[in-house]
Amino acid sequence: MFKTYTYPKFPYVQSPEQMAGDVKRHKLVIIGAGPIGLTAALDAAAHDLSCVVLDDNDTVSVGSRAVCYAKRSLEVLDRLNIGERMVEKGIGWKLGKVFFKDRLSYQFDLLPEDDNKMPAMINLQQYYLEEYMVEEISRHPQIDLRWKHKVMAIEQKADHAVLTVETPDGSFKMEADWVLACDGANSSVRTMVGAQFTGQFFHDRFLIADVIMKAEYPTERWFWFDPPFHPNQSVLLHRQPDDVWRIDFQLGWDADANEEKKPERIIPRVKAMLGDEREFELEWASVYQFACRRIDNFRYGRVLFAGDAAHQVSPFGARGANTGVQDTDNLLWKLKLVIGGDAPVGLIDSYNEERAFAADDNLLNSTRATDFITPKSASSRLYRDAVLQLAEDKDAEFARKLVNSGRLSKPTPYIHSSLNTPDEDLFAGAMAPGTNCADAPVKVSGQEAWFLNQIGGGFTLLSFGPAPAASVSFGRIAARVLEVGRDIEDLKGVLAERYDAKPGTVYLLRPDQHVSARWRTFDEAKITRALARALAA
Amino acid sequence: MSLILNPNIDDFDDFYKELIDSQRHMNDADAAQMNCKLVLLLANHVGDRAVIREALERAGGAV
Ligand SMILES: Cc1cc2nc3c(=O)[nH]c(=O)nc-3n(C[C@H](O)[C@H](O)[C@H](O)COP(=O)(O)OP(=O)(O)OC[C@H]3O[C@@H](n4cnc5c(N)ncnc54)[C@H](O)[C@@H]3O)c2cc1C
Repeated sequence: MFKTYTYPKFPYVQSPEQMAGDVKRHKLVIIGAGPIGLTAALDAAAHDLSCVVLDDNDTVSVGSRAVCYAKRSLEVLDRLNIGERMVEKGIGWKLGKVFFKDRLSYQFDLLPEDDNKMPAMINLQQYYLEEYMVEEISRHPQIDLRWKHKVMAIEQKADHAVLTVETPDGSFKMEADWVLACDGANSSVRTMVGAQFTGQFFHDRFLIADVIMKAEYPTERWFWFDPPFHPNQSVLLHRQPDDVWRIDFQLGWDADANEEKKPERIIPRVKAMLGDEREFELEWASVYQFACRRIDNFRYGRVLFAGDAAHQVSPFGARGANTGVQDTDNLLWKLKLVIGGDAPVGLIDSYNEERAFAADDNLLNSTRATDFITPKSASSRLYRDAVLQLAEDKDAEFARKLVNSGRLSKPTPYIHSSLNTPDEDLFAGAMAPGTNCADAPVKVSGQEAWFLNQIGGGFTLLSFGPAPAASVSFGRIAARVLEVGRDIEDLKGVLAERYDAKPGTVYLLRPDQHVSARWRTFDEAKITRALARALAA
Repeated sequence: MSLILNPNIDDFDDFYKELIDSQRHMNDADAAQMNCKLVLLLANHVGDRAVIREALERAGGAV
């Protein structure tokens, strides 16, 4: 059926521990090899933490599913060595058009900020991302990826969990100090530990179609409110690599998913949208049903949750996979330090604190977009239509700001995090404690490079000007100094500008490339205290 | 600043007539649609969120 992509089939291999009938203790077991479980595994390997990944299936995502990858996700994935490959294959887009009924309401330019390694957004089918990740994983002996391993039960003990796993060879048990559940929106692990999955319960259904079309359409994002070919609903058209176009038709909650999935129902819809003469082939279609909700706690004893297993949002604004990647970015360095005995278990609890905060922010954003796109009352529809009508008026810039066809996914700064050390000196600009680090073009040993590629993995002290030490430590954890002017050169002055730096300014940066503290002068005692705080010590 | 509730328009009768007349040719649905646009235009003109919130409240809205 698939013309543009051949699905890999990964081999099932019986594990030595199942064969021998041993119950083995592992440091970290990741459940689910979707994009989030795979990202977690790569991040674990980046921290030299060995892990086992279990997946009940033996291939990648069927269908394009999550297609938009935003800058911050690409930066995280670049740290894990697959960002460049994604950008190379992916389709970059900048221009968005918004249609209301039968006419263009307005168009917008994403206006990506210059001097960043990664683009604002790319489109790439989820199966490519997963394929690249599985390939990258094969280069890491610390990752033991096992296909056709389905987790059936979890028993929590004081300092570990016992998993019952089913394979084609029957079932066996394995123990894990920590379990990371990345088993998707219908997570059964959630049920196994008795977690609640609630929140703003909102329902809608989307017909999602991948269509092969050679026709010359521009590389733009087209969003329709209430178009004549699909009245009262919204439609989104996106370009993906390989001449595959992704069309999302909103169906409403009453639609019959099984009926809508049939090609004889889909093809007329696509035809009506494209106009009859254009040739296309249907590659894949699915009905995607979602709710906006999140798990009540990202940690249950020794079991942690990330990705769709922890939160589910509407697809407007492409937050599904993007926020999941940021979950594991936040978690893995913490797990590494706690497992290594370098930080108290409290550091893991900051994962719930920071990522639940981010999930709520995402839920709020996606609920707002959903309310705009699908007004819940006659009067809110009038306001929605008023906004769209005003937006056509070229003088009424303010109305275009109100149009919400999904705000593009941006990372949520952990501004209230208990790991931050609040500013005591005056700073301007965006790099407040809790914020993800901005990129900038730099030079390293005479070669042009990017700032974000110089940090991450461990703690860094970014020092603008000579630092009195090579590193500052708390316990066994050292923050190494990265000195601007000595180790890196601020190629265009963008680094100093983005970090509001003056000679002597110092930033303490976390392993996940977030700011934990900053000062105008290098004070070792203060840095040590901030480092301890960032370790929840 | 807070919401102005003292008389603030020069010629009240004239203003009111202009408001009503502007919708005289419309059916209820179009007038309702226009009212929404009007609210949005004026709210943006006011700009101050506290003032807008006060107006929402005075008008009987839940805030
Ligand atoms: C049809 C569809 C369309 C979508 N469209 C969009 C979109 O347009 N934009 C967007 O942002 N997002 C979209 N999403 C959501 C996006 O795909 C998810 O946000 C993303 O895949 C989340 O990744 P994940 O790794 O958390 O979960 P998943 O990708 O769901 O991966 C979970 C993995 O866990 C495995 N698993 C489950 N249970 C077990 C078990 N008991 N034992 C072992 N393994 C298990 C599964 O086989 C699977 O491989 C869509 C999803 C679907 C289903």
